[in-house]
Amino acid sequence: MVPLIVCEDLWKVYRVGDVEVQALRGLSLTINEGEFVAIMGTSGSGKSTLMNILGCLDQPSTGRYRLGGVEVEGLHPDQLAEIRNQRIGFVFQSFNLIPRTSALENTQLPLLYRGLSLKEQRTLASAALERVGLNGREHHTPTQLSGGQQQRVAIARALVTSPSLLLADEPTGNLDTRSSDEIMAILEELNRDGITVILVTHEIDIAAHAAREIVIKDGQVLSDRTAQGRNS
Amino acid sequence: MPIFVWLTIVTALRILQRNRLRAGLTMLGIIIGVGAVIAMVSIGEGAKLAVQKQIASMGANSILIWPNYTMVSGVRGGQGSVITLTVADAIDLKKKIPLLAETGWSRSGSMQVMSGGRNWSTSVIGASPSTLTIRDWSYSSGGPFTQTDMDTAARVALIGQTVVDNLFDLGEEPVGAIIRLKNVPIRIVGVLSPKGQSPSGSDQDDVVIIPFSTAERKVLGTSFLGSVSGVHVSTDRTEDVFDAVEQIREVLRSRHRLQGDRPDDFIIRTQIDVAKIQEGTSETLTGMLLAIASVSLLVGGIGIMNILLVSVTERTREIGIRMAVGAKRFHIMMQFLIEAITLSMVGGGIGVVFGVTAARLTSIIAGWPTIILGRTIVTAFGFSLVVGLFFGLYPANKAARLNPIEALRYE
Repeated sequence: MVPLIVCEDLWKVYRVGDVEVQALRGLSLTINEGEFVAIMGTSGSGKSTLMNILGCLDQPSTGRYRLGGVEVEGLHPDQLAEIRNQRIGFVFQSFNLIPRTSALENTQLPLLYRGLSLKEQRTLASAALERVGLNGREHHTPTQLSGGQQQRVAIARALVTSPSLLLADEPTGNLDTRSSDEIMAILEELNRDGITVILVTHEIDIAAHAAREIVIKDGQVLSDRTAQGRNS
Repeated sequence: MPIFVWLTIVTALRILQRNRLRAGLTMLGIIIGVGAVIAMVSIGEGAKLAVQKQIASMGANSILIWPNYTMVSGVRGGQGSVITLTVADAIDLKKKIPLLAETGWSRSGSMQVMSGGRNWSTSVIGASPSTLTIRDWSYSSGGPFTQTDMDTAARVALIGQTVVDNLFDLGEEPVGAIIRLKNVPIRIVGVLSPKGQSPSGSDQDDVVIIPFSTAERKVLGTSFLGSVSGVHVSTDRTEDVFDAVEQIREVLRSRHRLQGDRPDDFIIRTQIDVAKIQEGTSETLTGMLLAIASVSLLVGGIGIMNILLVSVTERTREIGIRMAVGAKRFHIMMQFLIEAITLSMVGGGIGVVFGVTAARLTSIIAGWPTIILGRTIVTAFGFSLVVGLFFGLYPANKAARLNPIEALRYE
């Protein structure tokens, strides 16, 4: 088992006016390559903060975070941007597609910042859209697509760079049951293909798709169970 | 990188097209600024050329010397009140200053000229033949009088087009006709080609020119033989004009026995002086108009900055998304800079069309000469680019420094 994510004693402290908020309090965590992990917790538990740090969108106040052997803390914002571009795919609750822009162009976006030629961008983006079952919809804009389809475009955008880590933050939060099932099926399939998937959710039946379930409370790991443990 | 820039330009154009009204209003300042710069400079260049043409009509290398007032026991007479300039002065200048190509002299007066039943008040100039060369006159018919005419005080005259128009019928040939000045019959030997107005606005064609000797002895008369109202000299090369002026001053001061700090009793004026005054005036005007145009460009730039700040706020979430998928600060910065430059370039382009049209219309409607130079257009357009770049920097930088998490969370 090769560890992809190693967190040691992560602290995150915000200042809101005079009030000091401790979002993470000495959290440690290891996630291996190829795992499918669900992170659960109530709002305010610190799971969003953890997501942001794992996704290299934010830096911990103290503590160490290694992603695929790279020490992330203390890196310049541009270096973090490069790590996100090379290794991480994001799927958000609110899809976060660029409005009035076609599915194909939305999917191309990460490749644009990699400096690939237009032809390579198109080829890879088309392949990614086909993988999530959206061939034929390349030129639809987000408003012309259903919620489930929009989320599939977002997944295509996340996997177009062949990332080692896919971070899904409440990916089914805005979807009906049928679309949710479709999205979860795609995530499971991607995981089977070797991508590490971290799923943040508060829905137990969605978390059940994951092989490992981590519950966060008050900025610390409350429980960490594998599927076997849960079944027993 | 080029692919990124190229795609960003396409995106910028698409956004502009989507917000056509907003973009149009934003570009208005730049359009007016660039248009105004081009129109103003074109009109200015046209005016400059017109002045240069006028100067050339006076003889570009010519120097004019005329008598100044003199002071007798503290009483200052008016200009030319005392005879201080003579034919002898002119001849001596020619002898002592090798730089001078031609030297001529003249006396003028206002007089009634008659032909048949008609008469006309005009300015009569008695001139040495060389004066004609210096003033660069040409002839629409006939030709100049000669040194022999001068020596014999022949009764011959050259007349300007305005005089022809007032004394003769249309189609009547003036050369060979006899006119009378103070009852002295004088034969016309040449008609001067029209020169139009002088830089000071007087009609250069309202003139009768006769030999100096004829004027002195038979027409204008004189109280002091050899006194002149003007000495005209010219140099071969325009560069020599200033040196010549200095030497003329020295020679005349010594001839007139002016010592120490006694003021000159003559005035030296070159066509270059006149040209400078004229150019100065038109440059001041152009400068003022350019200042106004610059203010318009400045306001246009502020408009661009304003709309970009709005755009950054509106698209905060989009910026967050782009950052999340790996856009570096440079990419975000470039995106908004390119948008600003696109705005100012499109505005500048429309402004160029406006400016050129305005300059053309000025020529057609007001009849002012305008010259639209390539470099005027390039400069004005380039200026609009610089404005876009400068005023785009702040919003672009603001966008690039957004925190990705906050940007993503922005509603």
